[in-house]
Amino acid sequence: MSIRLGAIIAGLGIVGVLFFWSLLPGAINYAPPEKPAYYAFKEKPVAPEGGFSFEGPFGKWDYAQLQRGYQVYKEVCAACHSLKFVAFRNLSELGYSEAEVQAEAANWMVPGIDPVTGEATRVPGRPTDQFPSPYENDVQAAAANNNALPPDLSLMTKARKDGTNYVYSLISGYGEPDPEKLAAATEKGFEIPTGLYFNPYFANVNIAMAPPISIDGQVDYADGTEATIDQMSADVAAFLTWTAEPSLVKRKETGWPVLGFLLIATMLAFLSYKQIWAGLKPKKN
Amino acid sequence: MSFAWAKTYEPQTGFTKWIDEKLPLPRLVYNAIGAGYPVPRNLNYMWNFGVLAGFCLVLQIVTGVILAMHYAANTEVAFATTEHIMRNVNSGWLMRYAHANGASFFFIVIYLHIFRGLYYSSYKAPREMIWLLGVVIFLLMMATAFMGYVLPWGQMSFWGAKVITGLFGAIPLVGESLQIWLVGGFAPDNAALNRFFSLHFLLPFVIAGVVILHIWALHIPGSSNPTGIEVKQESDTVPFHPYYTAKDGFGLGVFLIAFTFMVFFLPNMLGHPDNYIEANPLSTPALIVPEWYFLPFYAILRAFTDDLTIPFTSIVLVQAKLLGVIAMFGSILVWFILPWLDKSPVRSGHYRPMFKKFFWFGFIPCMIVLFICGGAPAEQPYVLLSQIATAYYFLHFLVILPIVSQIEVPKPLPYSITEAVLGDKDVPGGTDGGGDDPRAAVKGLPGKSPDDGSLQPAE
Repeated sequence: MSIRLGAIIAGLGIVGVLFFWSLLPGAINYAPPEKPAYYAFKEKPVAPEGGFSFEGPFGKWDYAQLQRGYQVYKEVCAACHSLKFVAFRNLSELGYSEAEVQAEAANWMVPGIDPVTGEATRVPGRPTDQFPSPYENDVQAAAANNNALPPDLSLMTKARKDGTNYVYSLISGYGEPDPEKLAAATEKGFEIPTGLYFNPYFANVNIAMAPPISIDGQVDYADGTEATIDQMSADVAAFLTWTAEPSLVKRKETGWPVLGFLLIATMLAFLSYKQIWAGLKPKKN
Repeated sequence: MSFAWAKTYEPQTGFTKWIDEKLPLPRLVYNAIGAGYPVPRNLNYMWNFGVLAGFCLVLQIVTGVILAMHYAANTEVAFATTEHIMRNVNSGWLMRYAHANGASFFFIVIYLHIFRGLYYSSYKAPREMIWLLGVVIFLLMMATAFMGYVLPWGQMSFWGAKVITGLFGAIPLVGESLQIWLVGGFAPDNAALNRFFSLHFLLPFVIAGVVILHIWALHIPGSSNPTGIEVKQESDTVPFHPYYTAKDGFGLGVFLIAFTFMVFFLPNMLGHPDNYIEANPLSTPALIVPEWYFLPFYAILRAFTDDLTIPFTSIVLVQAKLLGVIAMFGSILVWFILPWLDKSPVRSGHYRPMFKKFFWFGFIPCMIVLFICGGAPAEQPYVLLSQIATAYYFLHFLVILPIVSQIEVPKPLPYSITEAVLGDKDVPGGTDGGGDDPRAAVKGLPGKSPDDGSLQPAE
């Protein structure tokens, strides 16, 4: 009895402290969260028309698109962004032959050592090398970009909610703010700081990155696809989905046989369960 | 221990006879999870989760040991080695996704296991020790899971570690020194990551040890059952093997289907995107949230928003942070005295009309609200909701259960498990393996008629 009496007293004590010191003052001064004075960003990114080939449980890579996306990364993004978790050898997964991968790797200058003087320098890449950063270090990267550090892109589509569509939306979504919304936000003290760009998909709508893809035909696609802004954005979003998770398609392909096996095994397990328990049912008499 | 009618192990071959003399391990297994363990025949699917939890522990240890072969606990490379596992290790992505989602499924299973125990009062005499050991396992699991989440050294890893280790700083006088000592510095860094890895590797084996005690303690009184009345006769039980091995086999199949579906098709759904950004002590995420399975306790932690002061003065008796820490740990520690708070002689919630209402319309909604509030930003109305739910949580265990168990009039219980299953067919020879007429075979408790059956301990 005493333990229960003690518990009741302790319980009422905890709840009393919570009620009189936290809950009641909070309820009296109840104030719903104030909407900060900014132009609301679009939390839900849009998908390109037709979506992506690797989406859904049966998704497959569109290798032509990945190669185009790689071209966009190489010619546009790589000027500022690194891709440090990806190696040149991984490109063979995009459908490039071994010789092509070697040639491609040699196009990139990676950090190395001068074989004669031993000084740090840049040497042509080999397939085993990782993609190099365009900058020597983060300080240099920030200094070259108005103090904003261009993030590594290897994992970008996994590091954002609905990442693939986010990358697509962000790159193709630059534009002018809606004048009405802007006027309303400006009244509350919102302004687009100098040196930043308006992008409704970025969390605070002011992004340090200049529109990376600004004109149709900015990249001259090797496979002859028309390089619209929309196309290039979708292609690079697909490519970055691959860099974030090279095993994505393999994962789904492995999943089906595993699920199929388990479905059959579980069905058999269910039948043997019923079979074994059948004898325990009341006898009919 | 076992019931008198439990089958005994009889080695058949020369080899098993030899083994049985030297080290009777097959006998141990036979008595623990084989035909030598009689189990109530009326267990429903809620009784599948003990075996599933054991499976999860093995799964986590196997995948974890493999991951540890490729991981390096150093802040410089931890994030990169995790990516190395995802990209370069053969099937490394499968191991890591299985381990990460395995933790989530472990908690799903353990929460259902605990809720089963709460609803059917599995914690009551004579099973208090099983329950107490279970709470110890749960606490160890929470510590293990928390430290495991820190290892990839992503943004949520780092900031989660910072928030949780910061809790120790709330302890008066020694808090700050204690925190620095535990973390190995002023903020989580290499020292913290290394010790977290070491402990994350150690604790699962400690859990395995306590699990053995948990199962040992279970085998003293035997398993509980949905009616909550004790086993009285042979016809109330079936041997664990093949009856429950078959049922658990089916349960395991269903579990694996759900688990592999998540691993292969939605592996990152239960994770947080921020943890794919490398830890950066200089950039705080907009919203620091723990893994989903800690959200209810995180909500209790944050429910205390104001210091405990002497009214109408500004003299602080207890800081809000310390109140939250006490409440968060208290919310689990209260389970340790639960067997002595709920004194209703009836175990199963089925036969307890008042308890049942408080369970389904009080406790379960309270946990759901806490879960939602734990993942929400610390602003209204979530703060108010989490405070109401926290208050209910403590009232439920500390006030409502003791009072309900005192004033409630339970529904009549079936005479025996066999009667509960078969109705009036509980007659000699009514089923295979049925015993004598139970009413004649069973002795009542001193001073009670044998018809008043429910609380009779197994002989």
